Amino acid sequence: MSRKFTEDHEWIEVAGDVATIGITKHAAEQLGDVVFVELPDVGVKFSKGDDMAVVESVKAASDVYAPIDGEVVETNGAIVDDPAKVNEDADDKGWFVKVKIDNPQQLEDLMDESAYKDFVA
Amino acid sequence: MSMNNQGRPTTPPSNETHCPPTHTGNKALQIEEALIFEQGDFVGTGVDFAPPKGLTPRLGGLARDAAMHLPGLSEPEAMRHYVRLSQKNYAIDMGPFPLGSCTMKHNPRLNEKMARLPGFAHIHPLQPTSTVQGALALIDVLASWLKELTGMPMVAMSPKAGAHGELCGMMAIKAALVARGEAETRVRVLAPESAHGTNPATAAQCGFKVDDIPADKTGRVDLQAFKKMLGPDVAAIMVTNPNTCGLFERDIRALADGVHEVGGYFYCDGANFNAIMGKVKPGALGIDAMHINLHKTFSTPHGGGGPGSGPTVLSEALAPYAPVPYVVKNADQYGLVEKRSQGAETSFGRMTAFHGQMGMFVRALSYMLSHGGDGLRQAAEDAVLNANYVRVLLAQEMSQAFAGPCMHECLFDDGFLKNSGVDTIDFAKAMIDEGYHPMTMYFPLVVHGAMLIEPTESESKEELDRFCNALLALAREAKRGNQEKFKGAPLHAPRRRLDETMAARKPELRWKPQTAEYLAAE
Repeated sequence: MSRKFTEDHEWIEVAGDVATIGITKHAAEQLGDVVFVELPDVGVKFSKGDDMAVVESVKAASDVYAPIDGEVVETNGAIVDDPAKVNEDADDKGWFVKVKIDNPQQLEDLMDESAYKDFVA
Repeated sequence: MSMNNQGRPTTPPSNETHCPPTHTGNKALQIEEALIFEQGDFVGTGVDFAPPKGLTPRLGGLARDAAMHLPGLSEPEAMRHYVRLSQKNYAIDMGPFPLGSCTMKHNPRLNEKMARLPGFAHIHPLQPTSTVQGALALIDVLASWLKELTGMPMVAMSPKAGAHGELCGMMAIKAALVARGEAETRVRVLAPESAHGTNPATAAQCGFKVDDIPADKTGRVDLQAFKKMLGPDVAAIMVTNPNTCGLFERDIRALADGVHEVGGYFYCDGANFNAIMGKVKPGALGIDAMHINLHKTFSTPHGGGGPGSGPTVLSEALAPYAPVPYVVKNADQYGLVEKRSQGAETSFGRMTAFHGQMGMFVRALSYMLSHGGDGLRQAAEDAVLNANYVRVLLAQEMSQAFAGPCMHECLFDDGFLKNSGVDTIDFAKAMIDEGYHPMTMYFPLVVHGAMLIEPTESESKEELDRFCNALLALAREAKRGNQEKFKGAPLHAPRRRLDETMAARKPELRWKPQTAEYLAAE
């Protein structure tokens, strides 16, 4: 399945019943150099729209919202140790969390890549 | 004839552009100043005594066995160090300080003279109140001015900064909710996206969950969105007026009515009260609590982290929960209510050891009395006039974030820099080269690449013209694509662009001697 995007500048990639979530390259550029990332613990359950993670740049601190309901199954400790990874590779190695999807229906509401490109244009 | 045979040339050679480096690293009067720990030695200063004979150490092995690495400077060396550092700094006494939302206005010297009167400067908070009647009277008079200016019945004088005043107001709200038995159910605080960061931080500190109210197209609170967010779980709203975009919240009465209808309270961030003092009474707007920054609105000096003073006015509904201590007048004697048992049973408690920032109180009252009520109103009017003068001049080359007049500060976005390769931060740093402190940048967050300029009422038209001409010239240069002037800026300051990213990612919070011995011991 191809990537989905939210209006809050998160990307979601689905493999089976697990979604990998990160922030978009556009968001990483807008934030500027990321200096701090706070991720949730594995096992925590989120509803869509909950504050899931915090990303802090020199300019400001921002919340990352849960784009879908689900339970955290894995987090990317590498971006906590080295927040620069978010800027370097937001689309891939800079992923934030992997979430077990509760409600696949919610994915239908998200944007595809071309819709997101139009959204930020 | 008598003749000068020294042959001393009196016309300068024309080599202005050639500037070889100096041997010392100093540039004439710009001294290259080492950190104080890297200066001096312990040979030139200090005295070592031999251990007294017959003394048995009682430190149980805790005696220090290595040097403390304190600086070893003589008195004149230490004094020169700090004077030189101060010369590298920028201050309101050197030029305009256009930091939006920070209100850096002139600190009249009369205020300093008053604050240094021995009866105010040389007293101690633990003196018997009978010996400090004048100081308590001053606090009482200042409190009555603040209540009059805001139209509020109570003021807590002890908070020591704006954010501390916010905490005071929100703790009063929390105490009121506890008294109503609703502390468990009213858990949400609403604050606009453009709020000062301290607003949501204060609410979170008090245990509330914070929801952002979106801004509308005019840069103000979106009233319809706000109404949809209201409910029985709302404890309070926190709104700044004028807001951080420099705009008056026209719907403020509707905001107050809305939150009151659902049983919540209205906290107003009074950081920008200087724009409306003498014009608008916050009490008449339906506000329940508001802090007043004496260090902004009433010209007491601030910056570099202090000292501030944030007295917080409270409405009838919140007055019973005001913190102790506070000044009361009994017959012809002033006294302090220090404990709940002294008639303050419902007070939420004590925020500070003593009654507040006495020196700031004296300066603020001096400012008020020397202006009078009409003068304070004119200060607000002139602050707004100056901001609009700057706004109109700069709009020739810069892009105003929201159309129309502003209050005491004007807000620009980075639209005018589009495709120039110059960012807001480059523009701000180039201002340093022109001899100006930059404006507030990248705040408020609702505007892209924000530049927030607050000239205050202190500046003359001539000064504002010079300032605006410098910015207009920079804006034209940026648009012409002269990136060289911006990308490395500041080019002429004692230090060049600092690496903020590195400072945040790998902060070095403590100086360490760079000796092999010390580093090995680490």
